[in-house]
Amino acid sequence: MHLDHHRHGPAAVSADAHRPDGSHRALRIGLGGPVGSGKTATVAALCRELRAELSLAVVTNDIYTREDAEFLLREAVLPPERITAVETGACPHTAIRDDISANLEAVEDLEDTVGPLDLILVESGGDNLTATFSKGLVDAQIFVIDVAGGDDIPRKGGPGVTMADLLVVNKTDLAPHVGSDLARMAADAKAQRSELPVILQSLRGGSGVADVAAWVRERLAAWTA
Amino acid sequence: MSRAALLVLADGRFPAGGHAHSGGAEAAVKAGRITSAATLEDFCRGRLHTAGLVAGALAAAAVLGVEPAALDAAADARTPSPALRNAARRLGRQLTRAARACWPSPELEALAGEFPRGAHQPVVLGLAARAAGLAPGDAAYCAAYECVSGPATATVRLLSLDPFDATGVLARLAPELDRVVDRAVEAARRAADEGVGALPAASGPLLESGAEWHAAWSVRLFAS
Ligand SMILES: Nc1nc2c(ncn2[C@@H]2O[C@H](COP(=O)(O)OP(=O)(O)O)[C@@H](O)[C@H]2O)c(=O)[nH]1
Ligand SMILES: [Mg+2]
Repeated sequence: MHLDHHRHGPAAVSADAHRPDGSHRALRIGLGGPVGSGKTATVAALCRELRAELSLAVVTNDIYTREDAEFLLREAVLPPERITAVETGACPHTAIRDDISANLEAVEDLEDTVGPLDLILVESGGDNLTATFSKGLVDAQIFVIDVAGGDDIPRKGGPGVTMADLLVVNKTDLAPHVGSDLARMAADAKAQRSELPVILQSLRGGSGVADVAAWVRERLAAWTA
Repeated sequence: MSRAALLVLADGRFPAGGHAHSGGAEAAVKAGRITSAATLEDFCRGRLHTAGLVAGALAAAAVLGVEPAALDAAADARTPSPALRNAARRLGRQLTRAARACWPSPELEALAGEFPRGAHQPVVLGLAARAAGLAPGDAAYCAAYECVSGPATATVRLLSLDPFDATGVLARLAPELDRVVDRAVEAARRAADEGVGALPAASGPLLESGAEWHAAWSVRLFAS
């Protein structure tokens, strides 16, 4: 049975680009990476940057609390009904890759209750350097590392660093303080990823999340084209 | 249809959301009722003969063609805790998605349409087994086994229990699991003739009250 047969029935099984009523669903972008690299801060900055032009929602996958969701609520980056926390049984990487059913339900429920949506950001709690998102859950993924986590992370590679659609090296403002070599990080990342893009950013100054927001807008333009 | 489909359905990695649930083990660990392999075994035995028996009978009855809505209502009536009913429906909804992808069938489509927020998980499990061409006993095995394997793997994460000890608990419970499945299938056959009132109604009061307590925590590893 082809997935398209479900379009006018109950919710689609997985990555179908259409909703049960035949309309185009929201673009889903995953954000993964180690704990503390700045995933939630990037999500918050993207929401502030894009919420005036796009209909947005966020799904968080925390390890054992609802901290990410609560931070986003506290910061009021979106109305509370647009933020959903998925409970992951201590394994965010399972919930975003191996068993994506709870996350699929979260994104579908958001489209049903606050839709139509243009974009859903799905953040994974960072339990694992190798955690990547299933293609059945997201259409593109951003891997966020930071300069303070060690400037050898790009060189070491791993699925997130090498395969993510976008690699973000965050907290460049800290580089002088932690002795990280930004040029080397950029060169190593380039070597690991060949044509795939890398963005160095600091959310504490400069142009902030602007480059990542521009990348998101490009993906969205391709998705709706 | 293939008997090996049972292995697919019973696989702990079957993507239907079970990994995020502890089957009451997280509450029991916090309450000091599970502290070791021995107390895990006690917990699992209690769960097997109560929740496991009921889940096995519901699943087997669904394979026998008992009407899903009637089984779902029977499951509601046998689950006093709202938190547990909620967890069972969420898991049922997740299993519906996985089952529709694996064993597409008009009955599963109808179930998804009738219960967009999910039917009780054992009912869905039975319909999935039916769609896969499995027997009532197969579905009862899946349901009863899941009901002890979930807490065992969760306890490995919660207490850092030796995984060999936890799996040994499951192996020791296997003969009891056989007997529970026999009783579940027998009850399901009676329910097919006499109605869902013939299904067992065993429940564990501590599982029910523990689930309510657990649902109110702000910090927890598992969803239930
Ligand atoms: N200096 C600096 N701190 C940042 C930057 N981005 C995030 N942070 C801080 O890093 C900490 C962890 O960020 P968070 O977004 O919670 O990380 P997550 O675990 O990846 O979601 C927080 O205290 C943030 O305020 C940045 O660009 N520069
Ligand atoms: Mg975070």
